Amino acid sequence: MHDFAQAFAQGLDLILSGDSDLWKVVLLSLKVSLTAVLISALIGMPLGALLAVKRFAGRSWLIVLVNALMGLPPVVVGLLVYMLLSRSGPLGVLQLLYTPAAMIIAQTILVLPIIAALTRQLVEDLEGEYSEQLRSFGVVGLRAVPTLLWEGRFGLSTILAAGFGRAIAEVGAVIIVGGNINHVTRVMTTTIALETSRGNLAMALALGGILILIAIGVNAVVTALGLTQRRVTNV
Amino acid sequence: MSEACGADRPGDATIRVRGLKFRSGGQDLLEIADLKIDTPAPTMILGPNGAGKSLLLRLMHGLIPPSEGSVRVGSGGTAQAMVFQAPILLRRSVASNIMYALKVQHVARKRREGRLNELLELGGLARRARQPARTLSGGEQQRLAMVRALANEPKVLFLDEPTSSLDPHGSQQLEALIAKVAAGGTKVVMVTHDLGLASRLGEEIVFLHHGQVREQTPEAEFFERPRSQEARSFLSRHLVLP
Repeated sequence: MHDFAQAFAQGLDLILSGDSDLWKVVLLSLKVSLTAVLISALIGMPLGALLAVKRFAGRSWLIVLVNALMGLPPVVVGLLVYMLLSRSGPLGVLQLLYTPAAMIIAQTILVLPIIAALTRQLVEDLEGEYSEQLRSFGVVGLRAVPTLLWEGRFGLSTILAAGFGRAIAEVGAVIIVGGNINHVTRVMTTTIALETSRGNLAMALALGGILILIAIGVNAVVTALGLTQRRVTNV
Repeated sequence: MSEACGADRPGDATIRVRGLKFRSGGQDLLEIADLKIDTPAPTMILGPNGAGKSLLLRLMHGLIPPSEGSVRVGSGGTAQAMVFQAPILLRRSVASNIMYALKVQHVARKRREGRLNELLELGGLARRARQPARTLSGGEQQRLAMVRALANEPKVLFLDEPTSSLDPHGSQQLEALIAKVAAGGTKVVMVTHDLGLASRLGEEIVFLHHGQVREQTPEAEFFERPRSQEARSFLSRHLVLP
Protein backbone atom coordinates (compact mmCIF):
# COMPACT_ATOMS: atom_id res chain seq x y z
CA MET A 1 0.00 0.00 0.00
CA HIS A 2 2.89 2.26 0.88
CA ASP A 3 4.56 1.56 -2.49
CA PHE A 4 1.34 2.35 -4.22
CA ALA A 5 1.00 5.74 -2.50
CA GLN A 6 4.65 6.48 -3.20
CA ALA A 7 4.17 5.71 -6.90
CA PHE A 8 1.22 8.11 -6.99
CA ALA A 9 3.25 10.84 -5.31
CA GLN A 10 6.16 10.35 -7.72
CA GLY A 11 3.78 10.32 -10.68
CA LEU A 12 2.25 13.60 -9.56
CA ASP A 13 5.72 15.04 -9.10
CA LEU A 14 6.64 14.05 -12.69
CA ILE A 15 3.60 15.90 -14.02
CA LEU A 16 4.07 19.01 -11.92
CA SER A 17 7.84 19.23 -12.40
CA GLY A 18 7.38 19.35 -16.19
CA ASP A 19 9.47 16.21 -16.80
CA SER A 20 10.62 16.58 -20.41
CA ASP A 21 10.50 12.86 -21.24
CA LEU A 22 6.95 12.64 -20.01
CA TRP A 23 5.71 15.71 -21.88
CA LYS A 24 7.46 14.66 -25.11
CA VAL A 25 5.48 11.43 -24.96
CA VAL A 26 2.24 13.34 -24.30
CA LEU A 27 2.86 15.76 -27.17
CA LEU A 28 3.70 12.97 -29.62
CA SER A 29 0.53 11.12 -28.59
CA LEU A 30 -1.58 14.21 -29.21
CA LYS A 31 0.15 14.92 -32.53
CA VAL A 32 -0.37 11.36 -33.83
CA SER A 33 -3.97 11.00 -32.65
CA LEU A 34 -5.14 14.48 -33.66
CA THR A 35 -3.62 14.06 -37.12
CA ALA A 36 -5.28 10.66 -37.50
CA VAL A 37 -8.64 12.11 -36.43
CA LEU A 38 -8.25 15.07 -38.81
CA ILE A 39 -7.49 12.81 -41.78
CA SER A 40 -10.31 10.46 -40.79
CA ALA A 41 -12.73 13.39 -40.54
CA LEU A 42 -11.74 14.77 -43.95
CA ILE A 43 -12.41 11.38 -45.55
CA GLY A 44 -15.01 9.88 -43.21
CA MET A 45 -17.50 12.74 -42.99
CA PRO A 46 -18.04 13.15 -46.75
CA LEU A 47 -18.03 9.36 -47.13
CA GLY A 48 -20.64 8.94 -44.38
CA ALA A 49 -22.77 11.73 -45.85
CA LEU A 50 -22.49 10.18 -49.30
CA LEU A 51 -23.69 6.84 -47.93
CA ALA A 52 -26.60 8.66 -46.27
CA VAL A 53 -27.91 10.59 -49.27
CA LYS A 54 -26.90 8.63 -52.34
CA ARG A 55 -28.74 5.50 -53.46
CA PHE A 56 -26.65 3.04 -55.46
CA ALA A 57 -26.23 -0.71 -55.95
CA GLY A 58 -24.40 -2.30 -53.04
CA ARG A 59 -25.08 0.63 -50.69
CA SER A 60 -26.56 -1.57 -47.98
CA TRP A 61 -23.55 -3.90 -48.10
CA LEU A 62 -21.19 -0.95 -47.89
CA ILE A 63 -23.05 0.36 -44.83
CA VAL A 64 -22.82 -3.06 -43.18
CA LEU A 65 -19.10 -3.17 -43.97
CA VAL A 66 -18.38 0.32 -42.62
CA ASN A 67 -20.39 -0.44 -39.47
CA ALA A 68 -18.53 -3.72 -39.00
CA LEU A 69 -15.16 -2.01 -39.42
CA MET A 70 -15.91 0.10 -36.33
CA GLY A 71 -14.96 -2.97 -34.33
CA LEU A 72 -11.63 -3.58 -36.06
CA PRO A 73 -9.15 -5.13 -33.60
CA PRO A 74 -6.18 -2.71 -33.29
CA VAL A 75 -3.60 -5.50 -33.31
CA VAL A 76 -4.96 -6.81 -36.61
CA VAL A 77 -4.78 -3.31 -38.09
CA GLY A 78 -1.26 -3.00 -36.71
CA LEU A 79 -0.29 -6.28 -38.33
CA LEU A 80 -1.76 -5.32 -41.72
CA VAL A 81 -0.11 -1.90 -41.72
CA TYR A 82 3.15 -3.54 -40.63
CA MET A 83 2.95 -5.92 -43.59
CA LEU A 84 2.19 -3.04 -45.96
CA LEU A 85 5.04 -0.87 -44.70
CA SER A 86 7.69 -3.48 -43.97
CA ARG A 87 10.69 -3.52 -46.28
CA SER A 88 9.29 -6.42 -48.32
CA GLY A 89 5.74 -5.00 -48.32
CA PRO A 90 4.08 -3.09 -51.18
CA LEU A 91 4.72 0.28 -49.50
CA GLY A 92 8.11 -0.64 -48.03
CA VAL A 93 9.85 1.77 -50.36
CA LEU A 94 8.33 4.68 -48.42
CA GLN A 95 10.34 3.64 -45.33
CA LEU A 96 7.57 4.64 -42.95
CA LEU A 97 7.71 1.69 -40.57
CA TYR A 98 8.65 2.68 -37.00
CA THR A 99 7.85 6.34 -37.65
CA PRO A 100 5.00 8.51 -36.34
CA ALA A 101 3.60 8.48 -39.91
CA ALA A 102 3.05 4.72 -39.66
CA MET A 103 1.24 5.23 -36.37
CA ILE A 104 -0.97 7.91 -37.96
CA ILE A 105 -1.82 5.53 -40.81
CA ALA A 106 -2.76 2.76 -38.37
CA GLN A 107 -4.89 5.05 -36.20
CA THR A 108 -6.57 6.55 -39.28
CA ILE A 109 -7.63 3.06 -40.36
CA LEU A 110 -9.11 2.50 -36.91
CA VAL A 111 -10.88 5.86 -36.60
CA LEU A 112 -12.12 6.32 -40.17
CA PRO A 113 -14.91 3.68 -39.97
CA ILE A 114 -16.14 5.15 -36.68
CA ILE A 115 -16.45 8.64 -38.14
CA ALA A 116 -17.92 7.42 -41.44
CA ALA A 117 -20.49 5.11 -39.84
CA LEU A 118 -21.67 7.58 -37.20
CA THR A 119 -21.76 10.44 -39.73
CA ARG A 120 -23.88 8.27 -42.04
CA GLN A 121 -26.39 7.67 -39.26
CA LEU A 122 -26.49 11.33 -38.23
CA VAL A 123 -26.87 12.65 -41.79
CA GLU A 124 -29.50 10.04 -42.64
CA ASP A 125 -31.59 11.17 -39.66
CA LEU A 126 -31.18 14.81 -40.68
CA GLU A 127 -32.07 13.99 -44.27
CA GLY A 128 -35.32 12.45 -43.04
CA GLU A 129 -36.10 15.73 -41.32
CA TYR A 130 -35.03 18.10 -44.09
CA SER A 131 -35.42 16.22 -47.37
CA GLU A 132 -38.79 17.64 -48.46
CA GLN A 133 -37.77 21.20 -47.65
CA LEU A 134 -34.43 20.86 -49.40
CA ARG A 135 -36.03 19.28 -52.48
CA SER A 136 -38.52 22.13 -52.51
CA PHE A 137 -35.52 24.47 -52.71
CA GLY A 138 -34.07 22.33 -55.50
CA VAL A 139 -31.26 21.10 -53.23
CA VAL A 140 -31.06 17.39 -54.03
CA GLY A 141 -28.54 14.55 -53.92
CA LEU A 142 -24.92 15.50 -53.25
CA ARG A 143 -25.84 19.19 -53.24
CA ALA A 144 -27.60 18.58 -49.93
CA VAL A 145 -24.47 17.18 -48.24
CA PRO A 146 -22.85 20.48 -47.11
CA THR A 147 -26.17 21.68 -45.69
CA LEU A 148 -26.80 18.44 -43.82
CA LEU A 149 -23.24 18.35 -42.43
CA TRP A 150 -23.57 21.94 -41.24
CA GLU A 151 -26.96 21.23 -39.66
CA GLY A 152 -25.37 18.29 -37.84
CA ARG A 153 -22.26 20.18 -36.79
CA PHE A 154 -22.68 19.64 -33.07
CA GLY A 155 -23.52 15.96 -33.47
CA LEU A 156 -20.40 15.70 -35.60
CA SER A 157 -18.28 17.15 -32.79
CA THR A 158 -19.41 14.27 -30.57
CA ILE A 159 -18.46 11.85 -33.34
CA LEU A 160 -15.01 13.45 -33.57
CA ALA A 161 -14.63 13.07 -29.81
CA ALA A 162 -15.50 9.37 -30.11
CA GLY A 163 -12.88 9.01 -32.85
CA PHE A 164 -10.29 10.82 -30.79
CA GLY A 165 -11.07 8.61 -27.80
CA ARG A 166 -10.48 5.52 -29.91
CA ALA A 167 -7.17 6.91 -31.26
CA ILE A 168 -5.61 8.28 -28.07
CA ALA A 169 -6.43 5.16 -26.03
CA GLU A 170 -5.22 2.68 -28.65
CA VAL A 171 -2.08 0.64 -27.98
CA GLY A 172 -2.09 -2.54 -30.10
CA ALA A 173 -1.62 -1.00 -33.53
CA VAL A 174 0.84 1.76 -32.63
CA ILE A 175 3.15 -0.57 -30.74
CA ILE A 176 3.40 -2.88 -33.78
CA VAL A 177 3.95 -0.20 -36.45
CA GLY A 178 5.72 2.35 -34.23
CA GLY A 179 7.99 -0.06 -32.35
CA ASN A 180 7.80 2.03 -29.14
CA ILE A 181 11.18 3.67 -29.87
CA ASN A 182 12.25 6.13 -27.19
CA HIS A 183 11.99 9.79 -28.32
CA VAL A 184 10.72 8.67 -31.74
CA THR A 185 7.52 6.65 -31.57
CA ARG A 186 6.82 6.25 -27.88
CA VAL A 187 3.31 7.45 -27.02
CA MET A 188 1.35 7.45 -23.78
CA THR A 189 -0.30 4.05 -24.09
CA THR A 190 2.83 2.21 -25.24
CA THR A 191 4.90 3.94 -22.52
CA ILE A 192 2.39 2.94 -19.86
CA ALA A 193 2.64 -0.68 -21.01
CA LEU A 194 6.44 -0.56 -21.09
CA GLU A 195 6.98 1.24 -17.78
CA THR A 196 4.48 -1.03 -16.01
CA SER A 197 6.40 -4.09 -17.22
CA ARG A 198 9.60 -2.47 -15.98
CA GLY A 199 8.07 -1.74 -12.58
CA ASN A 200 8.30 2.04 -13.07
CA LEU A 201 4.79 2.69 -11.80
CA ALA A 202 5.34 6.42 -11.21
CA MET A 203 5.82 7.16 -14.91
CA ALA A 204 2.97 4.80 -15.86
CA LEU A 205 0.62 6.40 -13.35
CA ALA A 206 1.58 9.93 -14.39
CA LEU A 207 0.82 9.14 -18.04
CA GLY A 208 -2.35 7.27 -17.09
CA GLY A 209 -3.53 10.32 -15.17
CA ILE A 210 -2.81 12.64 -18.09
CA LEU A 211 -4.58 10.26 -20.49
CA ILE A 212 -7.68 10.27 -18.31
CA LEU A 213 -7.55 14.06 -17.98
CA ILE A 214 -7.30 14.44 -21.76
CA ALA A 215 -10.31 12.12 -22.23
CA ILE A 216 -12.32 14.09 -19.67
CA GLY A 217 -11.20 17.41 -21.17
CA VAL A 218 -12.22 16.45 -24.71
CA ASN A 219 -15.60 15.23 -23.55
CA ALA A 220 -16.12 18.33 -21.42
CA VAL A 221 -15.51 20.54 -24.45
CA VAL A 222 -17.92 18.49 -26.59
CA THR A 223 -20.58 18.53 -23.88
CA ALA A 224 -20.18 22.29 -23.47
CA LEU A 225 -20.56 22.74 -27.22
CA GLY A 226 -23.70 20.62 -27.21
CA LEU A 227 -25.21 22.56 -24.31
CA THR A 228 -24.40 25.85 -26.04
CA GLN A 229 -26.05 24.55 -29.19
CA ARG A 230 -29.21 23.62 -27.30
CA ARG A 231 -29.32 26.98 -25.58
CA VAL A 232 -28.64 29.01 -28.71
CA THR A 233 -30.65 27.15 -31.32
CA ASN A 234 -33.23 25.34 -29.21
CA VAL A 235 -32.66 21.91 -30.78
CA MET B 1 -39.86 20.29 -60.77
CA SER B 2 -43.03 19.23 -62.55
CA GLU B 3 -43.22 17.65 -65.97
CA ALA B 4 -43.49 20.09 -68.86
CA CYS B 5 -45.95 18.94 -71.47
CA GLY B 6 -47.57 21.92 -73.09
CA ALA B 7 -47.22 25.41 -74.40
CA ASP B 8 -48.57 27.90 -71.89
CA ARG B 9 -47.16 31.39 -71.60
CA PRO B 10 -43.86 31.67 -69.71
CA GLY B 11 -44.54 32.65 -66.10
CA ASP B 12 -48.12 31.50 -66.38
CA ALA B 13 -49.34 29.97 -63.11
CA THR B 14 -51.86 27.54 -64.59
CA ILE B 15 -51.69 24.10 -63.04
CA ARG B 16 -52.71 21.21 -65.24
CA VAL B 17 -53.14 17.66 -63.99
CA ARG B 18 -53.80 14.92 -66.55
CA GLY B 19 -54.42 11.21 -66.03
CA LEU B 20 -52.75 11.39 -62.64
CA LYS B 21 -52.49 8.25 -60.57
CA PHE B 22 -50.51 7.59 -57.47
CA ARG B 23 -50.25 4.05 -56.17
CA SER B 24 -48.72 2.79 -52.98
CA GLY B 25 -48.89 -0.65 -51.40
CA GLY B 26 -51.02 -1.90 -54.30
CA GLN B 27 -53.67 0.77 -53.72
CA ASP B 28 -54.61 3.75 -55.85
CA LEU B 29 -54.34 6.62 -53.38
CA LEU B 30 -55.04 9.32 -55.94
CA GLU B 31 -56.74 9.21 -59.33
CA ILE B 32 -57.43 12.45 -61.16
CA ALA B 33 -58.36 12.29 -64.82
CA ASP B 34 -58.22 16.02 -65.51
CA LEU B 35 -57.83 19.07 -63.30
CA LYS B 36 -57.03 22.60 -64.38
CA ILE B 37 -56.40 25.32 -61.83
CA ASP B 38 -56.16 28.64 -63.60
CA THR B 39 -57.85 31.25 -61.44
CA PRO B 40 -55.38 33.91 -60.28
CA ALA B 41 -56.97 34.04 -56.80
CA PRO B 42 -56.27 31.37 -54.14
CA THR B 43 -57.52 27.83 -54.65
CA MET B 44 -58.36 25.80 -51.56
CA ILE B 45 -58.12 22.04 -51.55
CA LEU B 46 -60.60 20.55 -49.10
CA GLY B 47 -61.62 17.08 -48.10
CA PRO B 48 -61.72 14.67 -45.19
CA ASN B 49 -58.60 13.08 -43.70
CA GLY B 50 -57.04 10.58 -46.07
CA ALA B 51 -58.66 12.13 -49.14
CA GLY B 52 -55.24 12.71 -50.72
CA LYS B 53 -55.00 16.51 -50.34
CA SER B 54 -51.41 16.71 -49.11
CA LEU B 55 -50.42 13.99 -51.56
CA LEU B 56 -51.88 16.00 -54.44
CA LEU B 57 -49.99 19.08 -53.27
CA ARG B 58 -46.68 17.15 -53.17
CA LEU B 59 -47.33 15.72 -56.62
CA MET B 60 -48.12 19.17 -58.00
CA HIS B 61 -44.96 20.61 -56.45
CA GLY B 62 -42.93 17.72 -57.84
CA LEU B 63 -41.73 16.36 -54.51
CA ILE B 64 -42.89 12.89 -55.46
CA PRO B 65 -43.31 11.43 -58.95
CA PRO B 66 -46.74 10.20 -60.05
CA SER B 67 -47.28 6.52 -60.85
CA GLU B 68 -49.03 7.62 -64.03
CA GLY B 69 -49.98 10.84 -65.74
CA SER B 70 -48.55 14.30 -65.57
CA VAL B 71 -48.61 17.51 -63.61
CA ARG B 72 -47.56 20.76 -65.16
CA VAL B 73 -47.18 24.04 -63.34
CA GLY B 74 -47.20 26.99 -65.73
CA SER B 75 -44.75 26.63 -68.56
CA GLY B 76 -42.75 23.93 -66.79
CA GLY B 77 -39.99 26.20 -65.50
CA THR B 78 -42.36 28.38 -63.53
CA ALA B 79 -40.96 29.29 -60.10
CA GLN B 80 -42.87 27.56 -57.34
CA ALA B 81 -42.45 26.95 -53.63
CA MET B 82 -44.09 25.06 -50.79
CA VAL B 83 -44.72 25.62 -47.10
CA PHE B 84 -45.27 22.54 -44.98
CA GLN B 85 -47.66 21.84 -42.13
CA ALA B 86 -44.80 21.87 -39.60
CA PRO B 87 -42.21 24.49 -40.52
CA ILE B 88 -38.85 22.88 -41.34
CA LEU B 89 -36.35 25.48 -40.21
CA LEU B 90 -32.59 25.24 -40.35
CA ARG B 91 -30.61 25.36 -37.10
CA ARG B 92 -29.48 28.92 -37.64
CA SER B 93 -30.79 32.45 -37.29
CA VAL B 94 -33.95 33.85 -38.86
CA ALA B 95 -31.94 35.93 -41.34
CA SER B 96 -29.65 32.98 -42.17
CA ASN B 97 -32.67 30.81 -42.95
CA ILE B 98 -33.85 33.31 -45.53
CA MET B 99 -30.32 33.95 -46.82
CA TYR B 100 -29.87 30.20 -47.31
CA ALA B 101 -32.98 30.06 -49.52
CA LEU B 102 -31.76 33.09 -51.50
CA LYS B 103 -28.37 31.46 -52.10
CA VAL B 104 -29.49 27.97 -53.06
CA GLN B 105 -32.11 29.40 -55.38
CA HIS B 106 -29.45 31.45 -57.14
CA VAL B 107 -30.74 34.91 -56.34
CA ALA B 108 -28.04 37.31 -57.53
CA ARG B 109 -25.55 38.16 -54.77
CA LYS B 110 -26.12 41.92 -55.02
CA ARG B 111 -29.89 41.47 -54.66
CA ARG B 112 -29.76 39.19 -51.62
CA GLU B 113 -29.37 41.79 -48.88
CA GLY B 114 -32.25 43.90 -50.18
CA ARG B 115 -34.48 40.89 -50.70
CA LEU B 116 -33.66 39.61 -47.20
CA ASN B 117 -34.82 42.90 -45.67
CA GLU B 118 -37.99 42.90 -47.78
CA LEU B 119 -38.87 39.39 -46.66
CA LEU B 120 -38.10 40.09 -43.00
CA GLU B 121 -40.40 43.11 -43.17
CA LEU B 122 -43.11 41.18 -44.97
CA GLY B 123 -43.09 38.46 -42.31
CA GLY B 124 -42.96 40.97 -39.45
CA LEU B 125 -39.66 39.42 -38.40
CA ALA B 126 -37.22 42.32 -38.83
CA ARG B 127 -36.62 42.59 -35.09
CA ARG B 128 -36.07 38.86 -34.83
CA ALA B 129 -33.49 38.67 -37.66
CA ARG B 130 -30.59 37.54 -35.47
CA GLN B 131 -32.62 35.22 -33.26
CA PRO B 132 -32.17 31.45 -33.70
CA ALA B 133 -35.07 30.38 -35.90
CA ARG B 134 -36.10 27.48 -33.68
CA THR B 135 -36.61 29.74 -30.68
CA LEU B 136 -39.40 31.67 -32.41
CA SER B 137 -43.04 31.09 -31.45
CA GLY B 138 -45.04 28.66 -33.60
CA GLY B 139 -46.72 31.49 -35.49
CA GLU B 140 -43.44 33.27 -36.12
CA GLN B 141 -41.81 30.05 -37.29
CA GLN B 142 -44.58 29.50 -39.83
CA ARG B 143 -44.33 33.14 -41.01
CA LEU B 144 -40.59 32.63 -41.43
CA ALA B 145 -41.19 29.44 -43.44
CA MET B 146 -43.68 31.41 -45.53
CA VAL B 147 -41.43 34.37 -46.37
CA ARG B 148 -38.45 32.05 -46.89
CA ALA B 149 -40.53 30.22 -49.50
CA LEU B 150 -40.94 33.54 -51.29
CA ALA B 151 -37.17 33.89 -51.76
CA ASN B 152 -37.30 32.93 -55.43
CA GLU B 153 -40.42 35.05 -56.06
CA PRO B 154 -42.60 32.04 -56.90
CA LYS B 155 -45.50 32.33 -59.30
CA VAL B 156 -47.18 29.47 -57.47
CA LEU B 157 -47.10 28.86 -53.72
CA PHE B 158 -48.33 25.56 -52.31
CA LEU B 159 -49.38 25.64 -48.65
CA ASP B 160 -50.03 22.41 -46.75
CA GLU B 161 -52.24 23.17 -43.75
CA PRO B 162 -49.99 26.02 -42.63
CA THR B 163 -52.29 27.13 -39.80
CA SER B 164 -53.13 23.72 -38.36
CA SER B 165 -50.82 23.97 -35.35
CA LEU B 166 -51.27 27.67 -34.64
CA ASP B 167 -53.36 29.45 -32.03
CA PRO B 168 -56.08 31.85 -33.25
CA HIS B 169 -53.77 34.88 -33.10
CA GLY B 170 -50.95 33.13 -34.97
CA SER B 171 -53.43 31.80 -37.47
CA GLN B 172 -54.87 35.27 -38.03
CA GLN B 173 -51.43 36.78 -38.64
CA LEU B 174 -50.53 34.04 -41.10
CA GLU B 175 -53.84 34.45 -42.89
CA ALA B 176 -53.12 38.15 -43.33
CA LEU B 177 -49.72 37.30 -44.74
CA ILE B 178 -51.17 34.74 -47.16
CA ALA B 179 -53.74 37.29 -48.31
CA LYS B 180 -50.96 39.83 -48.88
CA VAL B 181 -48.90 37.35 -50.88
CA ALA B 182 -51.93 36.37 -52.98
CA ALA B 183 -52.78 40.03 -53.58
CA GLY B 184 -49.20 40.51 -54.77
CA GLY B 185 -49.85 38.18 -57.71
CA THR B 186 -48.64 34.83 -56.40
CA LYS B 187 -51.03 31.98 -57.11
CA VAL B 188 -51.78 30.29 -53.78
CA VAL B 189 -52.90 26.66 -53.67
CA MET B 190 -53.67 25.65 -50.11
CA VAL B 191 -54.76 22.53 -48.29
CA THR B 192 -56.66 23.31 -45.13
CA HIS B 193 -59.14 21.86 -42.67
CA ASP B 194 -60.14 25.36 -41.57
CA LEU B 195 -63.28 25.99 -43.60
CA GLY B 196 -63.57 29.55 -42.34
CA LEU B 197 -60.10 30.28 -43.66
CA ALA B 198 -60.95 28.54 -46.94
CA SER B 199 -64.09 30.63 -47.26
CA ARG B 200 -62.33 33.91 -46.46
CA LEU B 201 -59.23 33.41 -48.61
CA GLY B 202 -60.32 31.06 -51.37
CA GLU B 203 -61.97 31.95 -54.62
CA GLU B 204 -62.09 28.39 -55.85
CA ILE B 205 -62.54 25.12 -53.99
CA VAL B 206 -61.27 21.75 -55.11
CA PHE B 207 -62.97 19.07 -53.05
CA LEU B 208 -61.30 15.67 -52.82
CA HIS B 209 -62.81 12.44 -51.55
CA HIS B 210 -61.11 9.04 -51.59
CA GLY B 211 -58.38 10.34 -53.87
CA GLN B 212 -60.74 11.76 -56.48
CA VAL B 213 -61.86 15.29 -57.31
CA ARG B 214 -65.56 15.45 -56.53
CA GLU B 215 -66.01 19.18 -57.04
CA GLN B 216 -64.17 22.13 -58.45
CA THR B 217 -66.37 25.14 -57.91
CA PRO B 218 -66.27 28.81 -56.93
CA GLU B 219 -66.03 29.26 -53.16
CA ALA B 220 -69.51 30.76 -52.63
CA GLU B 221 -71.16 28.03 -54.62
CA PHE B 222 -69.31 25.29 -52.75
CA PHE B 223 -70.36 26.51 -49.34
CA GLU B 224 -73.95 27.43 -50.33
CA ARG B 225 -74.85 24.71 -52.79
CA PRO B 226 -72.37 21.84 -52.76
CA ARG B 227 -73.10 19.56 -55.69
CA SER B 228 -71.83 16.22 -54.45
CA GLN B 229 -73.29 14.17 -51.65
CA GLU B 230 -69.77 13.78 -50.18
CA ALA B 231 -69.26 17.55 -50.01
CA ARG B 232 -72.68 18.08 -48.43
CA SER B 233 -71.90 15.42 -45.87
CA PHE B 234 -68.43 16.92 -45.26
CA LEU B 235 -69.83 20.44 -44.76
CA SER B 236 -72.63 19.26 -42.51
CA ARG B 237 -70.04 18.10 -39.98
CA HIS B 238 -68.20 21.42 -39.85
CA LEU B 239 -69.00 24.85 -38.55
CA VAL B 240 -67.90 27.44 -41.09
CA LEU B 241 -66.90 30.71 -39.48
CA PRO B 242 -67.27 33.72 -41.79
